[in-house]
Amino acid sequence: MSIDMSQFHQVFFEECFEGLEAMESGLLSLDIGDIDPEAINTIFRAAHSIKGGSGTFGFTVVAEYTHIMETLLDEMRDGRRQVTKQAVDVLLGSVDCLREMLTSIQNEEDVNAESVAVHQSALETELNGESSANTQPNVVATPAINTAPSPIQSQEEDEEPEIEEEQGWKISFCPYLNLLKTGNDPVRLFRELSALGQLTTNVNIQDVPDFNELDPEECNISWDLVLVSDASESTVREIFSWVEEDCELELSPLAKPKKKKKPKVATPVSAPTPAVVETKEVIAPVIVPPPTTVVKKASSESDSAKNAPKASSSIRVDTDKIDTLINMVGEVVITQSMLGLIGENFTMDKVGQLKRGLAQLERHTRDLQQSVMNIRMLPISFVFSRFPRLVHDISTKLNKKITLKLVGENTEVDKAVVELINDPLVHLIRNSLDHGIEMPAERIAAGKPETGTIELKAYHRGGHIVIEIIDDGRGMDKSKLLAKAIEKGLVEESAIMTDKQILELIFMPGFSTAEQLSDISGRGVGMDVVRRNIQSLGGNIDIISELGKGSTIAIHLPLTLAILDGQSVAVGDETYIVPLVSIIESINITEKMLNKVAGKGETFKLRNEYLPIIRMREIFNVKTGAATKPNEGVIVVVEGQGALCGFLVDELLGQQQVVIKSLEANYRRVEGVSGATILGDGSVALILDVPGLVRLSVC
Amino acid sequence: MKVDAVNSKQIEQFLTFELANEVYGVEILKVQEIRGWEPVRVIPNTPSFIKGVLNLRGSVIPIVDLRERFSLEHSEYTQKTVVIVLCIKHRRHESFVMGIVADAVSDVLDIKVDEIKKAPNFGTQLDTRYMRGMHVYKQNMIMLLDVDKLLNPDEVDDIEAISDIGRFE
Repeated sequence: MSIDMSQFHQVFFEECFEGLEAMESGLLSLDIGDIDPEAINTIFRAAHSIKGGSGTFGFTVVAEYTHIMETLLDEMRDGRRQVTKQAVDVLLGSVDCLREMLTSIQNEEDVNAESVAVHQSALETELNGESSANTQPNVVATPAINTAPSPIQSQEEDEEPEIEEEQGWKISFCPYLNLLKTGNDPVRLFRELSALGQLTTNVNIQDVPDFNELDPEECNISWDLVLVSDASESTVREIFSWVEEDCELELSPLAKPKKKKKPKVATPVSAPTPAVVETKEVIAPVIVPPPTTVVKKASSESDSAKNAPKASSSIRVDTDKIDTLINMVGEVVITQSMLGLIGENFTMDKVGQLKRGLAQLERHTRDLQQSVMNIRMLPISFVFSRFPRLVHDISTKLNKKITLKLVGENTEVDKAVVELINDPLVHLIRNSLDHGIEMPAERIAAGKPETGTIELKAYHRGGHIVIEIIDDGRGMDKSKLLAKAIEKGLVEESAIMTDKQILELIFMPGFSTAEQLSDISGRGVGMDVVRRNIQSLGGNIDIISELGKGSTIAIHLPLTLAILDGQSVAVGDETYIVPLVSIIESINITEKMLNKVAGKGETFKLRNEYLPIIRMREIFNVKTGAATKPNEGVIVVVEGQGALCGFLVDELLGQQQVVIKSLEANYRRVEGVSGATILGDGSVALILDVPGLVRLSVC
Repeated sequence: MKVDAVNSKQIEQFLTFELANEVYGVEILKVQEIRGWEPVRVIPNTPSFIKGVLNLRGSVIPIVDLRERFSLEHSEYTQKTVVIVLCIKHRRHESFVMGIVADAVSDVLDIKVDEIKKAPNFGTQLDTRYMRGMHVYKQNMIMLLDVDKLLNPDEVDDIEAISDIGRFE
């Protein structure tokens, strides 16, 4: 009876993360002093199913850890234990810790035993210490000194993966035949190993064939190595990291591991909030230093591969949506067979019937398209649900009193948008928490309620979803913004700017008015990134702010990333699609409007502004007869990267909605092209990446 | 070594096709379908052997001209020109769909694995990295291509680097 359990892992992890989210929101909504037994039940159930699942899949570390949480929750449920703020904080910390553990397991990494130990001892202190007098607010800061280890814990320690230092390693290194062909030299590996300590090698040559059958390029030898060193397992493994895929490698500790008592007061590892964890994952591959040598490159690539989140993802769909879809498919099949019947013995008097059939087919197809798109739609609460925790943590840290109001959580939006909007929103909310809402005393002085409010609101408008972040904080001081911008040389002193323009200054790179840097925000690197991210999703961001009353930041996003409004343009024989959102206008120009800068760069004058011309024909190397002079074609004025510029094309063809297809799926990314689509006649057209093209040609 | 012993008893099927009067073969398990030549959409700024992209029932697939890939003389595309659509394995999990242009498809051959001869070394004149081997059939030499390597062209590193960037944008 051997079932490959790994096929269920993905589902298990998803369920666990869902369970963790349920626990988190349950914990946050626990009203200290007045406990709703149902709320505790919910948390308990989530913990219980995580424990059960991880036991089944053999993730004992998780199962045992959850067991302690469960014990604690069980006592709370039975009323044997008071629910204190401290206990809730410890449990929240454990949720983070569990999430970390599960993420590591999912990425097939080692669990960070140190941070697990910190959280675990905090939990146990809570469990054993009854309602202790310790009033420290945060788990992180709790010096977790464990005096009475419970039986569970010592058992846990025995089974924990050994990360402690060892006396030495016994390494069985059995390369595959092709090891040498991949350019690896075992001698070099041994040299590196011997740098770590004393190395003894034993060669096995029983697999070496007869001399006349010997292929000098094949590696038929294997080695048993003994390394006496205090290097850790990971250090030793790292040396083999380049040959990992070309060999069988076994590492076993030389001596019986010395049982060290794990230092319980580990360095206070701060429990990162979920948001931080995620940003790390996304950013990490980017900050890998640029490879300097070929060897280094290999390692940095494996790094980025490791950090990359697992590609496969799944989606939970309402059964109703699927039923609608099946219904729709049935209709299409019926219409299709009806049309088939008409076609079999076609006579001219059936034309009316045929037309009716085709009209029906068209309607069904459109409905079908809509219901399929619907499947990708998720309620925005997937994003919003993380924010109560964020607000809870940060407001505690800042000693501010803030309530978060969520409105329109069930507004549906494309899954891809949901995934990508999270980071910008986290940033904006942190900003509101840190800069927007004042300290309680300041608020009372200003005649406002002591508790600040941040409202997160989502609704549909037109083909867009609007997400608003409204705070009733101090608002932005326009004169201060302007003064700062002038001081930094971002605007001219004499510039006359509208209120809106002044507010938009905060999107300039390097702009921050915060007097004090904090670890939450204020470095002035955020807002430009936020705006760029949102623009790359095809949306835009607006600010309204009134001094003393608060600010509103509104994000407009397209409902889906799969369909785009495009203008098709012709360049020679080629057809390209320009996204309609980036087009400002299209004009015919005359010779008179043209200028040349230094005899090369062509510009044209549009209402007192000089815009560069990008000749699509040249940049895309189109050979067939295209407009060679700007006045023979049409200039499409586009905005990309905040700069205006004119694309010279032969003619405008028409506007249409296009379905975006990825070029990367089967080929690779092409500069200046963001994707492809299929036109009405079945041919492929490329969608232009306007910001990319502007960058390509201007810089 | 053990693996070879098992394999030698096996028979693999190869689809053979003509290219400039030479016969080439690809593993039939890689072949997804064969279609007639139709005009493709040119992708700007790509190597010349990438003819462009094609709409294959809704997915956009690149088309590689093997004549250009092998630096053979160019010939006009005719009614007989075919596109062999292949499913290429890339790294461990990903797979790509690509088309190759051939003059004509000829046959499906059963070839015993141990009858595949290693491609001789042509030195610098010819790159045999993309060859799985040679096979003699009715006194004709058939070159068996390793499409996984061939169609992950030289730019394989670039492709990875670029797609990595794309993923995190």
